[in-house]
Amino acid sequence: MPTPVNNVEELATQDYKYGFVTEIEQETVPAGLNEDVIRVISAKKNEPEWLLEWRLKAYRHWQTMTEPKWANIHYGPIDYQAIRYYAAPKKARPKSLEEVDPEILRTYEKLGIPLREREALSGVAVDAVFDSVSVGTTFKAKLKELGIIFSSFSEAVEEHPDLVRKYLGSVVPYSDNFFATLNSAVFTDGSFAYIPKGVRCPMELSTYFRINAKDTGQFERTLIVADEGAYASYLEGCTAPVRDENQLHAAVVELVALDNATIKYSTVQNWYPGDKHGKGGIYNFVTKRGKCLGRNSKISWTQVETGSAITWKYPGCILQGDGSTGEFYSVAVVNNYQQADTGTKMIHLGKNTKSTIVSKGISAGRGQNSYRGMVKVLKGAENARNYSQCDSLLIGDKCGAHTFPYLEVKNSTAQIEHEASTSKIGEDQIFYCRQRGLSTEDAIGMIVNGFCKQVFRELPMEFAVEAQKLLGVSLEGSVG
Amino acid sequence: MLLEIKNLHATVNGNEILKGIDLKIGLGEVHAIMGPNGSGKSTLAQVLAGRDVYAVTEGEVIYDGKNLLEMAPEDRARAGVFMAFQYPVEIPGVSNTYFLRAALNAIRKQRGEEELDAMDFLARIREKIKLLEMDETLMTRPVNEGFSGGEKKRNEIVQMAVLEPKLAILDETDSGLDIDALKIVASGVNAMRAKDRSIIVVTHYQRLLNYIVPDTVHVLSNGRIVKSGSKELALELEQKGYGWIEEPVGA
Repeated sequence: MPTPVNNVEELATQDYKYGFVTEIEQETVPAGLNEDVIRVISAKKNEPEWLLEWRLKAYRHWQTMTEPKWANIHYGPIDYQAIRYYAAPKKARPKSLEEVDPEILRTYEKLGIPLREREALSGVAVDAVFDSVSVGTTFKAKLKELGIIFSSFSEAVEEHPDLVRKYLGSVVPYSDNFFATLNSAVFTDGSFAYIPKGVRCPMELSTYFRINAKDTGQFERTLIVADEGAYASYLEGCTAPVRDENQLHAAVVELVALDNATIKYSTVQNWYPGDKHGKGGIYNFVTKRGKCLGRNSKISWTQVETGSAITWKYPGCILQGDGSTGEFYSVAVVNNYQQADTGTKMIHLGKNTKSTIVSKGISAGRGQNSYRGMVKVLKGAENARNYSQCDSLLIGDKCGAHTFPYLEVKNSTAQIEHEASTSKIGEDQIFYCRQRGLSTEDAIGMIVNGFCKQVFRELPMEFAVEAQKLLGVSLEGSVG
Repeated sequence: MLLEIKNLHATVNGNEILKGIDLKIGLGEVHAIMGPNGSGKSTLAQVLAGRDVYAVTEGEVIYDGKNLLEMAPEDRARAGVFMAFQYPVEIPGVSNTYFLRAALNAIRKQRGEEELDAMDFLARIREKIKLLEMDETLMTRPVNEGFSGGEKKRNEIVQMAVLEPKLAILDETDSGLDIDALKIVASGVNAMRAKDRSIIVVTHYQRLLNYIVPDTVHVLSNGRIVKSGSKELALELEQKGYGWIEEPVGA
């Protein structure tokens, strides 16, 4: 029988079970950033001239920008010249899954993502991104039969340059913000998906991002386009080894939904969060945005953010098409010295557009959690509606929860509702559970999962189970 | 003897609330603990359940041959100690059924019994729900959230009926109940009376004891048991009030 644990000091810190490193021969570029590095990255990927030009334009613009300081996060200066912008396994870019380096296959198996199709989770197609490159994509052929394109970004540039060119930067322009602009200059790989007119994608599309190499940043870029009447559900998972140094992850995700199309995008972010003293961990500066371009289109973001030393991300929706819908469901957990400044932007342009925001922030240890959300209703957006709910849960008395809502309404027909609450996991709740025979950990897990229920409900089944477990692990050792 | 309390002293924030309690409860007995506000009744119940805001400074408690005070609250629960809370706690988003099943399975696991799945569990609790005249929809709602005072108290007794404790401590279960609800709760408790189960009824008022008739009544005053007797003692208290029995402070 394990000894019962009564307070935070008695508990070991959480066990980050994805913290291993894969020993593999890799190909990298020297640390530092300049135009030559960008040319090398572009050349390695056999990119067309227009894409290189786009990268360079971004890079030149980035040099005129400064790192944003408005977020409620604190970290030492990032030395952008000390980062390596490209790292890939030597035997990368296999023609098929059979050629993937067995060491890499083992890595993904260890992470619970078998890549061999006959072993893979049925119903989920995976694009596996390892450092700067995609190392394999499952069920590609099967999806192709339906006209669905699902591949690594690099491959899409080679095989479907027109589609990529049409939509790249159409939602997050190269000049968008410091980190998105940096990404535009140096992005390496990521996933691309195109769902043709009227096709309902029969399986979950997913990308599993793994950072492995040391001193390297990961700058992936994902682009998903759902043509008229199409439907896609996309999942994203991320992990990284345990290291004392911080590593930068600056990704961009762009979603485009045409008339009557729906995209559901779910993330379980579990980058290495640093140790219990705040050493190490991923700096996660991510720009994610969807454009509901067509009438009655819908984009729904669901995120469970448990990892990273710093999380800076605001998945948003531009509701351009009349009658379009944007949703944002979020659970963000900080423990130990983690910091999160996360939320969403809902920009209402079209008539009768609707948005829903449900944010659940959980702070434990010395973690600081900020919700930052913007709802903007522009002049032409007749009858726009927004509902925002923003709840914070505090565990212990050394953590913090903060809320920064921004509201800008230029059309008087808009209906906006906002609810917010902050509560503390009470000693009395925990005692009540323990008096009924539940351990402290199980009690916290149960209380927290109850708090997050509204968001977990939005996740695909397998992910919801995973997210619940992850939440338990992330909060281990958080309560006295 | 199921429970033996010897010279129990307990403090909260440095103030001594229990000042030497001695009490023996045999298996199958029902004991009532009465007393005025502030006499230490609820403190005693909470100390037995393991609430750590109370510090035990002296004395010991032997439960079923074990040193109760050394056990974590969940271990006490798994060993058969149940407390019906005076103020049942709300747990938003967690269904009542899910919560109770998790509790039952934690206890069953301890006993080396198989865990129950959702279907078996539902079959098992249905009769208990009926017995307590609980609205079945309350079982699918979040634990105690939005329940009326009476529903919360009945929910406690449903939990007790499902968890089948060896020692049940009812902490002012009658407070805030109207007479109809009181009767339902009492019949639920009476249905639980058994040779292998002891019950401690903590109450301010004699009223509940008309329905749950105790074997023994103890009167607590200023942290000590000042009088013990048969069920008639409760009636006497009802007539005379606590004044005649209260120990003067500092005596």
